[in-house]
Amino acid sequence: MASIKVFGHATTTSTRRVLLTLQEKNLDYELVNVELKDGEHKKEPFLSRNPFGQVPAFEDGDLKLFESRAITQYIAHRYKDQGTNLLPADSKNIARYAIMSIGMEVEAHQFDPAASKLAWEQLFKHIYGLTTDKAVVAEEEAKLAKVLDVYEARLKEFKYLAGETFTLTDLHHIPVIQYLLGTPTKKLFTERPRVNEWVAEITKRPASQKILQ
Amino acid sequence: MRTILQGSLLPPPPIKLSHSSLLFSPSHSHYSNLKFTTKSSPSPPTITMASIKVHGVPMSTATMRVLAALYEKDLDFELIPVDMRAGAHKQEPFVSLNPFGQIPALQDGDLTLFESRAITEYIADEYSEKGEKLMCPGCNKVKAITKVWLNVEGQQFDPIASKIAFERIFKGMFGMTTDPAAVQELEGKLVRVLDIYEARLSKSEFLACDCFTLADLHHLPVIHYLMGTDSKTLFESRPKVAEWVKKITARPAWAKVVDLQKQ
Repeated sequence: MASIKVFGHATTTSTRRVLLTLQEKNLDYELVNVELKDGEHKKEPFLSRNPFGQVPAFEDGDLKLFESRAITQYIAHRYKDQGTNLLPADSKNIARYAIMSIGMEVEAHQFDPAASKLAWEQLFKHIYGLTTDKAVVAEEEAKLAKVLDVYEARLKEFKYLAGETFTLTDLHHIPVIQYLLGTPTKKLFTERPRVNEWVAEITKRPASQKILQ
Repeated sequence: MRTILQGSLLPPPPIKLSHSSLLFSPSHSHYSNLKFTTKSSPSPPTITMASIKVHGVPMSTATMRVLAALYEKDLDFELIPVDMRAGAHKQEPFVSLNPFGQIPALQDGDLTLFESRAITEYIADEYSEKGEKLMCPGCNKVKAITKVWLNVEGQQFDPIASKIAFERIFKGMFGMTTDPAAVQELEGKLVRVLDIYEARLSKSEFLACDCFTLADLHHLPVIHYLMGTDSKTLFESRPKVAEWVKKITARPAWAKVVDLQKQ
């Protein structure tokens, strides 16, 4: 019986962020499905796991967590010596860790809001029989383009966002990027050479492929 | 208003040993001026003058977040104002500090950082032995709980609360009018968050654990603004939340941040 349990839905970007981390680290876990279409995430017993009523929630033994980026950081630290190291190569180096933290904040506050709205408008809305709002798409693509311009400059100097190695900073982007590659927004990535290379690198990783199945 | 502010009137800052495994080299990187080399042996330590510079303005919530952490830690720093009105934050030389063109940015010796919550985390880690701890004492599991509530502030509280502050306060400063429908909708969302805080604070003295941490500190700037508006009732009507607000806003370090606004 795996001591690690993820309570979520395998299609959501936030749940995938956690599953990716577990896959990268070759950790055994149990995915307990939360049926979103039945509103299971807004009711007990799920609310006791995450009072904000959002997937995923997480358990490792008697430790209970929520917020995907808090969960991934816990996993990366707790299981540091297992599987892929998702922290900077010298993780005790505080300055280097701070650079990775900047990248995680940028993903959470600059990249993800625009990227998630674009995935919602162009993909998830259809599932609910709603129509894409083209004005919103244009507005959010303009915002995302600005962020990607900064990424392009950054990736000209470093192989990955936080430095020369793949870290949580890169990982946090993968689930929503995978969705956007199936939409016209893909062009924002492909028309920037270094971003395009980076996207190809991070999405071809075995763990990244595994979570799509 | 004094344009350059010393954190305190003390003799020159002490000499600080920089991290021996890093080579500091000049860089035109937008992101940071650290270059990571593939050398396997650590280079000899370089001596730098410890000097923390914050580029921002006392009115900005994100700048205040960083200033609060610096005061909690009793650290000397220089506040270098950024002329927002002139759009200085969207131009060089500022964008070399933060390519996203947002205040604050922080320089500590050769290290340049931005994103206020990455900066405060750095301050708490780098200066862990100085001043207030700002992190829960304990092992991985306790740190993980702190990260949960740090993410809650960043992902659940701030997006809503800062929009309310924008509507009620900042719009007026820019000659725009508050949209009461927007305020009502946002407050409807904020109360759901504050109900969760009320439940949490019935079980824990502060959000992450029984000590004051960054998870609490990060709320201070926006709460400070909202408590000066009609939105304050949302906080005051929830006893545990009200008690928590009172405690965190009464901290001497926070009073120093508020003081900077008056100068």
